[in-house]
Amino acid sequence: MKSYTDKIKEIAKRLLKEDKVDIVIGYRKGTVPLMHQPFFATSEGEVDSFVWDSNCGLNLANYITDRKERIGIVATGCNSRNIAVHVVEGKIQRDQLYIIGVPCQGMVDRHKLAAMAEGNIASVEEDEDKGTITISGQGFSKSVDKAEVLQENCSICVHRNPVLCDELVADEVTEQTREQADPYARVREIEAMSPDDKWTYFDDLLSDCIRCYACRNACPLCYCPQCFVDESNPQWVGKSVDPTDIRTFHLLRAYHCAGRCTDCGACVRSCPVGINVRDFTKKLEKDCLELYGWEAGLNTEQRPPLDTYKPEDPEDFIK
Amino acid sequence: MKVIKIDKNEWASGLEKLRSAYELIGPVKEKFYHAFQSLESGQQPDMDYINTRVSPKYVIYPQSELILECSLNENDEDYKIYKEPEKEYKAKAILGIRPCDADSFSLVRRNFDTEEYKDPYWLRAYESTTFVGLACDQPCPTCFCSSAGSGPYSDSNLDILLADNGDHYLARLLTDKGEKLAEAAGWSQETGEEADQQIDQKKQEAESAIQSSVNTDKLASQSLLDLYEAADAIWEKEAFSCINCGTCTFVCPTCWCFDVQDEVSGKKGYRIRNWDSCMYPLFTMHASGHNPRGTKVDRLRQRFMHKLKYYVDKYENGIQCTGCGRCVQLCPVNIDIRRICNMLNSYDPESCTCEVTAS
Repeated sequence: MKSYTDKIKEIAKRLLKEDKVDIVIGYRKGTVPLMHQPFFATSEGEVDSFVWDSNCGLNLANYITDRKERIGIVATGCNSRNIAVHVVEGKIQRDQLYIIGVPCQGMVDRHKLAAMAEGNIASVEEDEDKGTITISGQGFSKSVDKAEVLQENCSICVHRNPVLCDELVADEVTEQTREQADPYARVREIEAMSPDDKWTYFDDLLSDCIRCYACRNACPLCYCPQCFVDESNPQWVGKSVDPTDIRTFHLLRAYHCAGRCTDCGACVRSCPVGINVRDFTKKLEKDCLELYGWEAGLNTEQRPPLDTYKPEDPEDFIK
Repeated sequence: MKVIKIDKNEWASGLEKLRSAYELIGPVKEKFYHAFQSLESGQQPDMDYINTRVSPKYVIYPQSELILECSLNENDEDYKIYKEPEKEYKAKAILGIRPCDADSFSLVRRNFDTEEYKDPYWLRAYESTTFVGLACDQPCPTCFCSSAGSGPYSDSNLDILLADNGDHYLARLLTDKGEKLAEAAGWSQETGEEADQQIDQKKQEAESAIQSSVNTDKLASQSLLDLYEAADAIWEKEAFSCINCGTCTFVCPTCWCFDVQDEVSGKKGYRIRNWDSCMYPLFTMHASGHNPRGTKVDRLRQRFMHKLKYYVDKYENGIQCTGCGRCVQLCPVNIDIRRICNMLNSYDPESCTCEVTAS
């Protein structure tokens, strides 16, 4: 990914030098493996810390909400779609942004790799030519195909190229078709379960939740000044680790994201206990596609379907 | 100090003998990761674990703990009168706790057990627990315990220290509580002087395997206000990536802040104390609606200033961190306490700069 990194640096330096932007948002190398850090540069010197590889899995659109400066921002397919959602929802102006588009080759799943490692991962090497990732630590070293350890959302992604950008860092990558990617296979499996099995499945899914809200806070959509779980007057949800309150949080959050979620996977990536939060949001994404023919963040004009009314909206649920 | 030898098969059978007198708690592999759990009859702790994701602080200090309850039935005599629920503080033994995690209880105790205030819930749970520690022979790349006042063989808050020695453990019986537990388990194989030396040898090897460290020598002499006001050199930049989730505080063994909530279920009222996090806006929200820590920069600064400066100044006993490395591993946006500690330690108010080192 050196070519991507070099190009990002080159563009960022040019933007700052020509005073086109006040800050450039990208990633700097993390202090631990698999974990690069969102970072903003205001000088050409700071741009030298920028990095790009398969560990840039957070969503940088989360860092532009309500900012007033002129911003250069590095954006993959899903990140650019979230920027589009932000523009539609008035959280940023399009003309404030210079989008440095990254044709994305997918991010690796830190939970999957941690589970594969026989100990703590001390270093990660990526071989672009062979398409492999090598993890190593005390007494072990393991090489795997990157395709096998991609984040699930990346492996089924059908919008790898930025949908909105001012300049690309490389040629566009080939997109998978929806038929090839089969993005809703997992949703169909859950839909096919009996109500009892679904209940058990979701109960088990959330059993480790510690209510740290990393999933919510890593999400660019969750910009409410006060989340419903934090309201205290009235208080809608209890604050303990009661399973009902935990379920309420996750279900309501997912619905708030319906028709807006781009399946960037930041929620799953940031969860400290490895909960696949996408099991909720993906179902709603599927419903939006099937009911309204809608995919979030493909343009900066249209408001999401649950935010608008059209006479032809499906109404089969009214009995 | 007495050192005994416990063969591993004797370890397993000894644990069964302990069950009548102790609730046993140990590391168990859950879906993906290890966690400390109450061990069912016949269930053994997985002593090959590296470390748990969430620290074992919840064994003494649960994330949600019922502290009072009352009846909401108007016909009851004690209608709406809060009472302490019946709760049994049975003797517990935490098996295989890592020395850094055990040391965290000493740090937290400085807050929950003072001359002025004693937290009854925390203290009762703490005092009824015997700590059987497992020395750490394979520290993680993110471990910096030895420069944070703890260490892979630190035994200052243990009752027994176990050192894995192949087919057996060498066990240092450190307190009366520890001796009592060993006796109840039937572990009594004497060892010679060389056992003590063997543990010290292993300790040295483990300490030299620690790859990462923090500098804390100048924290106490730094001016609190200089650090607080170092917005440009430290806080603005470091806080940028922070998403203000509670991961760092909830996985941390030494974060002790809580919130008290009243809840109603049917005809009963409950007063519950829940872990809280200084990362959350609600943590400092006033009833007026004003929030003195209104931005994420304020909140991130609070967390690190508390651990690395206010605590240092108040207790004069090092930093409020044992170097377990959980927050470093699990922060979703790679905010690294080692980096921030080194920044605070090396901050020069004259030039407003820090010597930054990553780990």
